[in-house]
Amino acid sequence: MFSYAGKILRVDLTTGKVSTEPLTEDMAKSYIGGIGLGIRLLMDNSTPGTDPFDPSNPIIFATGPLSGTMGPTAGNGYAVVSKSPATGGVGEAKAHGFFGPDLKRAGYDAVIITGKAPKLSYLWIDDDKVEIKDAEWLKGETVYHTDVKIKDELGDFYIRVSAIGEAGEKLCRFAAIINDEFRAIGRTGMGAVMGSKNLKAVAVRGTHDVDVANLDGFKEFIKMIHERMKGPATKKYKTLGTPENVLVLNSLSALATRNWTNATFEGAEKVSGEWLNEHYVKKIVGCATCGMRCDHIAVVPEGPYQGSTSRLEFECLWSMGPLCGVDRLDAVIEAMRIVNEYGMDGISIGVVVAFAMDCYEHGVITKEQTDGIDLRFGNAEALIAIIHKIGKREGWLGNALAEGVAKAAEIIGGDAYKYACHIKGLELPGYDLRTLKTAALGFSVSFRGACHLRNGAYSPDVKGKVNRFKIEPGRGKMITDESKMYNVIDSLIVCKFSRGTYYDGWKDLANYYTLATGIPMTVEDMAKAGDRIENLARMFNIREGKGTRKNDTLPWKIENCPVPDEGPAKGVVVNEEEFQVGLSDYYSSRGWSASGIPTAAKLQELGLGDLAPLAEQAEQRGA
Amino acid sequence: MEHEKTFNPTKSRIRALRLSPLNNLAVTCRHCEEPACVAACPREALSQDPNTGVITVDENACNGCAWCISACQFGAMMMHPEKKVVFTCDACKDEKEPQCVKWCPEEALTYVSAQELAQKSRISAVKNLFQEAKEKKS
Repeated sequence: MFSYAGKILRVDLTTGKVSTEPLTEDMAKSYIGGIGLGIRLLMDNSTPGTDPFDPSNPIIFATGPLSGTMGPTAGNGYAVVSKSPATGGVGEAKAHGFFGPDLKRAGYDAVIITGKAPKLSYLWIDDDKVEIKDAEWLKGETVYHTDVKIKDELGDFYIRVSAIGEAGEKLCRFAAIINDEFRAIGRTGMGAVMGSKNLKAVAVRGTHDVDVANLDGFKEFIKMIHERMKGPATKKYKTLGTPENVLVLNSLSALATRNWTNATFEGAEKVSGEWLNEHYVKKIVGCATCGMRCDHIAVVPEGPYQGSTSRLEFECLWSMGPLCGVDRLDAVIEAMRIVNEYGMDGISIGVVVAFAMDCYEHGVITKEQTDGIDLRFGNAEALIAIIHKIGKREGWLGNALAEGVAKAAEIIGGDAYKYACHIKGLELPGYDLRTLKTAALGFSVSFRGACHLRNGAYSPDVKGKVNRFKIEPGRGKMITDESKMYNVIDSLIVCKFSRGTYYDGWKDLANYYTLATGIPMTVEDMAKAGDRIENLARMFNIREGKGTRKNDTLPWKIENCPVPDEGPAKGVVVNEEEFQVGLSDYYSSRGWSASGIPTAAKLQELGLGDLAPLAEQAEQRGA
Repeated sequence: MEHEKTFNPTKSRIRALRLSPLNNLAVTCRHCEEPACVAACPREALSQDPNTGVITVDENACNGCAWCISACQFGAMMMHPEKKVVFTCDACKDEKEPQCVKWCPEEALTYVSAQELAQKSRISAVKNLFQEAKEKKS
């Protein structure tokens, strides 16, 4: 078994016990790596109903089969999987940069961390030597300074650190884990799980070789991908970057504005990718082994936030810009910088602030409750001020908002639930689901809650391949097919920005896998692995009471507030009837029951027979 | 990769260094005139090819004392993690061209003679001048 390390590391922070076990070839081939392997390990190493913050909830750092090779984007990733404190179901996120390959070179396909350290600690993985070290001296430290100080303490500039900031320590339910300054394990609150374990950071130095099965074939393959990366498939990411979406979505009435009040933003021009690049982007940098530099590093040249520097992508620009009604990029860049310092999910934080602004504008919360912050839409200073409060869990409102919109709405009470835009507890990403209805369906069934990257369901809408103002039969199959592909991408941990370079889709990915690992993988095997991972994740959610039809929902505003903006989308809203038709269509395309539960036959077919009794029980409970 | 047939940056002869997002550089042997590494070696394990400037390490003579590493001001001398002898860029002398140049996906590296370099610099200087003039106009 080439390119895999063949080894899983187990760390119990309560007892300090460290052990290793082998990764079997069967496990490797069935679940590939990354999120697939991570979710299987989560399933097998947790008991039903465990609180995400309970010491026994495992947090799993997983590399992919290609991590540590020269494979562009695939060579540099890692994934983190745990039970999510935001959703109570599968939590997972991936990050690229430089941390993943070092973890692989240190000799591990996965690290399973359980328990809770008696005091704030960090894990130091130096190849075979694993140590739990004191981190009390790093308490409250920003992610970046934690990184720098750990490198200093250990005396090696090339050590890679994946750390949480103050938000993670304080159990903010959308806290992120960040490596290499701004590369985030962003979604589903994985940073809070680390915080609950008193684990400030994981530092790693890996010096072992990573060998592939067919070096010449592998080299030829990546040369081909390098060449394709110079072409049209990645042009967007290398030029304007994802902020290009601002004007595209605005023209489609799909740019969610002021917490899904409007679908277009009058200030779009000033927060567009074009404007950002012309006035703020100083340099574009890349990750290890990648030829598709995409990190647009923006610097504020003047004004109150002069010198503020951060990397900005569409989602975070949107969440703290248009969604909060803010049309000042200098403030958005500063907001992004402090969000990275506290270590928070850049999508969720914007949705949380927009939710608070919506509540404030509707009188659900008062100026007294905001500690005097004038939380009107468009108030950039208020945006920055409230982020600080949330990051520190300061004041009644800061504390409530750090719970995420779903729980904050319960704390605030009254009509607040109407303004909480989330699915399964995870805040919505940057698309107006009223005018992109395939996306509405796709996001609602994603196993990690509202997410555009679990099945890419926004794509057929944005590209005009379907009537985006309708949900019709047939959308289910589109979502099913894409979800398999996305699961494999996240298990190989290929960067989604590069997905267009695999011209031959499944064939390329299967070939890539076999060249590296030497394990024969056909196109059918691989698509089946993608389906297996989806069903496995669904079963985890079902086990935790979060994975049936009643959990596949849409936010109140998406179903109750028609788009008010003039234009082709005026009056559009998702109605419950078409949504239910869409769900049924999706379940049937998956081979699931009407309750959205995988059938025993489906599970057997995918080699998940061990989970069939669980599915049957859920079905009997009447979902 | 070319010399070791594996993926392992701790054995790479060219290293990328990022001090901050705005501050990146690839570091490797400069093939200096009168190289300090060669002068520093107490065992005459290092020698320089007078034509190409390439430094060769005699792995039998090197005992890993690392004097050459402290002598090199460019951080281009490295210690092999397993063999415990030093190594540095040999411009892939057994290949047609340095493999880093061949593989850099951004085409950020070039391998040229002084003549070619001068020509390239001239072309880009003139291009820049015209670009500036154009921008001023608009």
